[in-house]
Amino acid sequence: MPEQQTADDRTGPAQEVALFLRERREQIAQRWADAAVFRTVFTVSRDEAVEAGRAVVEALAAVAATGRVEDSEADGFTVVREQLARTVRSRTRAGASTGQISAETDALRRPVTELLLDELAEAPADHVGECTTALAVLMGTLRLVMLETSTVAGEELINRQRLELLEIATPVIKLWEGIVAVPLIGTLDSARSQVVMETLLDAVVEQHARLAILDITGVPTVDSLVAQHLMKTVAAARLMGAECIVSGIRPAIAQTIVHLGIDLSSVLTRASLADALAYALQQQGARIVPRAVAAAESR
Amino acid sequence: MSGAPTSPYEGHVPVLRLGGVLLVTLQGDLYDSAAEQLRQDIGRTVSDSAVGGVVIDLSGVEIVDSFMGRVLSDVAAMTRLLAAQTVVCGMRPAVAITLVELGLTLPGLRTALNAEEAMNLLGATVSALPRRGRREST
Amino acid sequence: MTHSTGSVSACLPIHSDLDLVRARQQVRQMTAQLGFGLVEQTKLVTAASELARNALVHGGGGQMECTEVTGGGVRGLRLVFSDRGPGIADLDLALSDGYTSGEGLGMGLGGARRLVHEFRVDSRRGEGTTVTVTSWAAAPPRPREGR
Repeated sequence: MPEQQTADDRTGPAQEVALFLRERREQIAQRWADAAVFRTVFTVSRDEAVEAGRAVVEALAAVAATGRVEDSEADGFTVVREQLARTVRSRTRAGASTGQISAETDALRRPVTELLLDELAEAPADHVGECTTALAVLMGTLRLVMLETSTVAGEELINRQRLELLEIATPVIKLWEGIVAVPLIGTLDSARSQVVMETLLDAVVEQHARLAILDITGVPTVDSLVAQHLMKTVAAARLMGAECIVSGIRPAIAQTIVHLGIDLSSVLTRASLADALAYALQQQGARIVPRAVAAAESR
Repeated sequence: MSGAPTSPYEGHVPVLRLGGVLLVTLQGDLYDSAAEQLRQDIGRTVSDSAVGGVVIDLSGVEIVDSFMGRVLSDVAAMTRLLAAQTVVCGMRPAVAITLVELGLTLPGLRTALNAEEAMNLLGATVSALPRRGRREST
Repeated sequence: MTHSTGSVSACLPIHSDLDLVRARQQVRQMTAQLGFGLVEQTKLVTAASELARNALVHGGGGQMECTEVTGGGVRGLRLVFSDRGPGIADLDLALSDGYTSGEGLGMGLGGARRLVHEFRVDSRRGEGTTVTVTSWAAAPPRPREGR
């Protein structure tokens, strides 16, 4: 229910907790600054951690004041959501698991509960029970909010790493003047094939490479989709005026290609990267000969 | 929004003659009619004069669609009938990928990385052509 | 993927080969603004060129509508080409490679389909043809948390 209730309208246990949180904000923030979830994230200065703690206490007080201590979607959380997300991301990057972050958030509950019990030392037992329950639910909701952001942060991390991996996994190596090679390692899917194609063709332009070698020694399987991508790359390179050689076709892969009935006749292939390089050098008018032979020839 | 960031050719594409080779440099976005005109111009020049090769530089071209692809392969086929060679050079990676995806691999077309390589490629064959007479070889 | 469609941001007539150039430039400009990579820009511009030429040559002229769309947090561009020509008699045949009823290499419709992410043709004999294509900019890398 989105009814606007304030501590002045009604004074249930939740509202009392809200009052308590506002009054003891400074004290709570000081204690939280030493808790793992704040200490490990705000490493520059302790003041920063205290400041972050204050903001969270403020948010919890705002949520409690509306009486919706169990609502993780409560408006009060909106202002700290970004800060919590940043905290979670930072912990995730540092290698903390979701369970660990959950436990660290839970650890914030004890210092506040202790302060609340001190505050209510004189109050009747059932009132103390109601208030501590409200606080416990509120802290549980905070934990839920943290976990929600943690899932999102995890997905973001995976996406970013996937993109980084795509780039790392496609190095272009200049083998000789006018000869570049791209050694492929791992499975080729559509997205990666696109990156490989673009990387190789850009290198052809940058390095003025007339010859480009795609080495697939590290590719576990070649299905018709991969073969199609290889053929497209070769065709595009040819349109640009470069010759593309596919090397590193292992016997098992050669068998698969024949078995699947894939026609790679439009593609120049060589068994190994060394063979491909020898061919490319020959096309460039260069030749590698053992020193003894060279000496004999020059005589 | 209808402003023209790159000015398209409205009339003829310049066709430059360097010895026995025609150098055609395409820039920007080409009108269909200008491409059509180019096809005719190249055909006429090759048949009228002793031209052994045609170099079409695409390094300034951002898109080649099937119409332009057709013009390129027509020029190549036509010059071949007139005993001359056509080399297309300088095609950008994005253009090449798009053409392949479109299904146009233009198998009959000779290609080179840039105009210089294209001239070298033709230099060998052009100077070897007996009907063009003796040429100073470098 | 849920699509939210924005308002039509541009509507260009296609009645001459000058209009084809304008259509290509419009698509180039919009895809660049939407953050498409160079290859994806070139693919959509080329597809637009094919489809606009189809509308001009086979449909006797028509128009191109450009609309920015959003789906799953990714931005894209939707192009609608419509003409009031004779329509396409055999859609399967028209989509197959090598089929042509005019100039070109017979790659127009089938080729354009391979260059875009989503493709739809509605054609009625005697009433005209509408081709709708959509392509998406790859998800932009999120800015790193600056602290």
